[in-house]
Amino acid sequence: MTERGWTLGPKALTAPVRPRGGGRGGIAAIGRQALRTRRGAIGLTLVAIVVLFAVVGPFVAPHPPTALTTIPLSGPSGHAWLGGDFLGRDVWSRLLAGGWALLLLAVLATVLGVAAGTAIGVTAGLLQGKVDSILMRCVDVGLAFPQIVFALLLVSVAGARPWLVVVAVGISHTPQVARVVRAATLDVSEQDYVKVAESNGVSRWRIMMFEIVPNLVSVLMVELGLRLTFSITLIAGLTFIGFGLRPPAPNWGVMINENRIGLTLNPWGVLAPIALIAILTIGMNLLTDAFASAAIGVDRAGDLTLESSPFAAEAVP
Amino acid sequence: MTEPAGIRLSVRDLRVELADGGADVVAEVSFDVRAGQTLGIVGESGSGKTTVAHALLGHCRRGLKLASGSVAVNGTDLLAASPEELRRHRSRTVGFVPQDPGKALNPVMRIRRQLNESVAGLADGRDRIPAILADVGLEARPEILNAYPHQLSGGQQQRISLALAFAPQPELIVLDEPTTGLDVTTQRRVLDTIKRLSDSYGVASVYVSHDLAVVAEVADRVAVMYAGRMVELGATRDVLAAPFHPYTRGLLLAAPRPDEASAIEGIPGYPARVGHRPAGCSFRPRCPVAVERCRQTPPPEFVRPDHLVRCFRATEELARVSARYGQHQVLHDVSFEVKEGECLAVVGESGSGKTTLARCVSGLVTDWNGSVRFNGEELARHVRGRDRSVLQAIQYIYQNPYASLNPRKTVHQILAAPVEHFSGRRGTDVTTVIGQALESVALSPQLLSRFPAELSGGERQRVAIARALAVEPSVLICDEITSALDVSVQAAIVHLIHDLQLLKNLTLVFITHNLALLPSVANSVVVLQNGRVVESGDVHSILSAPAMPYTRSLIANAPRLDPPTAPPAPSGHGKPGQSWTTDLRETTT
Amino acid sequence: MTAAAAPATPDGDAPARARRAGGTILPLLARRLVAGVFTLFAVSIIVFAATQVLPGNAATAVLGQSATPLRVAQLEAQMHLNRPAVAQYASWIGGILHGNPGTSLVANQPVASIVLPRVLASAALVILAAVIGVTIGVVGGVLAASRRSGLIDQSMSLGSLIITAMPEFVVALLLVVLFSTTVFRVLPAVSIISPGHSVLGSPSQLVLPVATLVIVIVPYIFRMMRGAMLEALESDYVEMAQLRGQSVRRVLFVHALPNALAPVIQVIGLTLLYLAGGIVVVEFVFNYRGLGQGLVNAVTTRDIPTIQFLVLLLAAFYVFVNIVTDVLVLLVSPRRRYPR
Repeated sequence: MTERGWTLGPKALTAPVRPRGGGRGGIAAIGRQALRTRRGAIGLTLVAIVVLFAVVGPFVAPHPPTALTTIPLSGPSGHAWLGGDFLGRDVWSRLLAGGWALLLLAVLATVLGVAAGTAIGVTAGLLQGKVDSILMRCVDVGLAFPQIVFALLLVSVAGARPWLVVVAVGISHTPQVARVVRAATLDVSEQDYVKVAESNGVSRWRIMMFEIVPNLVSVLMVELGLRLTFSITLIAGLTFIGFGLRPPAPNWGVMINENRIGLTLNPWGVLAPIALIAILTIGMNLLTDAFASAAIGVDRAGDLTLESSPFAAEAVP
Repeated sequence: MTEPAGIRLSVRDLRVELADGGADVVAEVSFDVRAGQTLGIVGESGSGKTTVAHALLGHCRRGLKLASGSVAVNGTDLLAASPEELRRHRSRTVGFVPQDPGKALNPVMRIRRQLNESVAGLADGRDRIPAILADVGLEARPEILNAYPHQLSGGQQQRISLALAFAPQPELIVLDEPTTGLDVTTQRRVLDTIKRLSDSYGVASVYVSHDLAVVAEVADRVAVMYAGRMVELGATRDVLAAPFHPYTRGLLLAAPRPDEASAIEGIPGYPARVGHRPAGCSFRPRCPVAVERCRQTPPPEFVRPDHLVRCFRATEELARVSARYGQHQVLHDVSFEVKEGECLAVVGESGSGKTTLARCVSGLVTDWNGSVRFNGEELARHVRGRDRSVLQAIQYIYQNPYASLNPRKTVHQILAAPVEHFSGRRGTDVTTVIGQALESVALSPQLLSRFPAELSGGERQRVAIARALAVEPSVLICDEITSALDVSVQAAIVHLIHDLQLLKNLTLVFITHNLALLPSVANSVVVLQNGRVVESGDVHSILSAPAMPYTRSLIANAPRLDPPTAPPAPSGHGKPGQSWTTDLRETTT
Repeated sequence: MTAAAAPATPDGDAPARARRAGGTILPLLARRLVAGVFTLFAVSIIVFAATQVLPGNAATAVLGQSATPLRVAQLEAQMHLNRPAVAQYASWIGGILHGNPGTSLVANQPVASIVLPRVLASAALVILAAVIGVTIGVVGGVLAASRRSGLIDQSMSLGSLIITAMPEFVVALLLVVLFSTTVFRVLPAVSIISPGHSVLGSPSQLVLPVATLVIVIVPYIFRMMRGAMLEALESDYVEMAQLRGQSVRRVLFVHALPNALAPVIQVIGLTLLYLAGGIVVVEFVFNYRGLGQGLVNAVTTRDIPTIQFLVLLLAAFYVFVNIVTDVLVLLVSPRRRYPR
């Protein structure tokens, strides 16, 4: 699986979100703006529902997820709200217990990937020259195959253990994040306020920390959102195929796969985890989209030369 | 090669609205353009000028809609045409030159192809291309024809735009700021090209710009737009040399001039956005001479011959008064007008009807016919039919100060009465206002408790003036206010009136028989004899070179302190503001 | 730039010479090819090196239960596994370049013979999905852009937002539920073609996998096409074309569309790249005997030569698509082709 792309226009392909952490409170303002839109609010709600479900779930499951409590593939009943899975375990309990691991792995993988990618990207963007070329060559190699293939490769090498999945997925994010962050860094470095600091003799370290990085934050937030969505997809997919978390662990991906056989008898074993994953990813997507739009919007609102009236045409260049 | 001077473009009551909600973006726009003529449309961001430019092609941007009105090119109303007809007219009948040629040329089409597209379907289309390219100063070379737009310089791109617009030889060309963004040299060249093309092809053109200087060069007539309306329209010379509308004046003050050292002054405030425009006149919040009326109703157009203005304060016309007084006709078809902030002197001997005129105008006489217009609106003949705000705005000061103040009232009461009447206020508010009025006529507040009998003539006249000023009028009709006073006092009163006029931007109608006073106080003069207007015009011209014998004799017969020993020589001295005594010495025929 | 010779040209500067068509394209092509080769080279090294890390190797895999250190060493010698890594790498690469990527550890067949039919099967899937998806997406995008708030626009925009979020296997399974099991029992849920037969022989096996992929890629293409068209339609030059009285159709197809091509080509390229990875899970769901499934099997069984080769193939595909995309984009962007 590879990046499914942004939900923004084609410009997003060639230019990153204009990086500005500033503009009336920076990230907090962008976040608030994003949540004010319908998309942002709905997205956040969806994500919150699933996260809550996954986090609280294990503690409120009526039955132990691995216990055989009902007839295999039986339909929903008072005893087992979503019926039994292909072995006879309670689908509902497994559902409640099967989310946190997925989320945890996804979050870890994302953080790893974004951190590594940012480090590489910022370094390449700031130092430029030879270092930049070398780093970007490496990144190009990393971009040369689909992320899932890369993950599979690593998994084939070292076995299918959870921490390995995290590493594999994390590393597979790195090249893309590095590219985006590098482009953003280059863009920010060109800005006049950085030149002001440079001409005042401020040290490169301080410039990076105080002038450049704060302006990368909005880009990073959007990348985090995208990558997290993708990590969830990727890890769910990997566990679905059979790598990563193994049965009898009540992981949603695993559940989907193992209950496929009984699709005609009790679809809930498949549909319920699918629904949760779908809601989570849709919510993440909406949220990220809202955030990205807000970032651009906050930028524009701070731009005094651009009129928002229908007479924008009249504005003299 | 100019065509006969018929009207090529006729726009009537054009109105463009927001599609969503109907707030007007452009409204009540009407104008004509003749063949071979260029009309410049000047305005700032948000004035609607680009919207008008697009409307001339029957186009409007997304979010707007062409609500009503007509745009007739050679008789055909484009706004009423069907979409196919409209398409046919575009480019063939009406051409357009866009603002940013870099963005307006299709980046993936070679120049040759774009040129061919513009003449597609015309009989000799292809043949025209080398000619039109030469006309814009480019050669039909492969480097240019095969190039993509981004390979040309800004000046070349704009020339191509011109070529594309002129090639089909349309009747009308609309140019939307075609030189904005070009550097000065290139701009000069492009302007020259435009002028040359317009002349040789005989097109009518509409040139939209924010830059007054450019428009001054290129346009025969100028229209000034503000907040979606045309606020002034007239010949370029007239509008730029003597603009009527306060906004136009402001623009001229704000325009930088390379050869003058004067500082530029901006107009305070910002234009309001569509849908947020104030009631009444849209320019009012930023206007230095706005009055109450401007807040209430939007000003209509005032049409003078070939010069149109949309402002109440631009002209205050008093015209066409014929009055009967008693048994016989006193005034015969007397008409005149006074501009806001100026002083018109009405001069005549006794019996000339000047006082009658003043009385008619102020509504004190019922038996007359004719019309008086104030702030563009026709006034009722008698005060009883007139609006309160009008009564407040036009104040009358009488000749005889001994008669115009109620002897039973103290000065305070005399002054307070009109203030309380018009404003409804009482008490300390009123006292403050009265105090200020007294101050403006240089009287001490101690006088407040006195009765008129205790005051001198000059003081009384000042009180009368203060009474008029206290209600903040816009027009003062001064009926021989100095005749009953001593000479030394006259001077002071005239001086006072003049200063007050300047300070408060009052419009004065100054009636007098004494010509000598004119230079001190008046801008223009009307000479009456036996109820008829003998001569009228600018004070200096009339005094120095009177055309009519009666005027000459009036001037000649005016007593002088220094009888002339030599034949009188014309002079144009006597600017208002100088002291009266020096004027008397300097005044000659 | 040469100075203008003709006095008739008042401008001081002359236009740039329009370079010949091949001017900027060939050097770009050459550069990209070289870079591509290097990338593949690097990938191959990584792939090879990764598999060297595996505990155990071909020898232990073959011997399986009966592996003792002695036997392992003997078999290693026999299989030339005791040579230095670099030499092994060299022979592997050499083998690939000669068309022989080794022997599968699991199936005891040449990797090539295992992989080839799978390649064809996956190619069928990818091509079908790409053609159908691109057509729908492009046409839909153009339609939606030219009629601003049409039904197509609203529904597709909402739908795309939802669909792009979901993982492919979710889409795949939902389709299965809909069309194979619960709602309509129309199509086979799982592909049951025996190894020897071609997929094309029973096209009904293709429907659901292709449908899944199409559903997944169309929203993105649609949005990009719509976005690109909208941007072109909002441009000044399109407005000028309207002001010059060009017909609606001409404005759309002659003025707007050619300017929207560059982003669209990029999108199609990205779609193909995406599909290369997307087939992994989709084929798994439908048990479709393609590359993706092959890779999963190989990883599960630790069939190293197959893994190596498949990954290399996919990387080559990536590089190829990237190059073609870049060249095509350059072809339709005069601004980049003929810089000032």
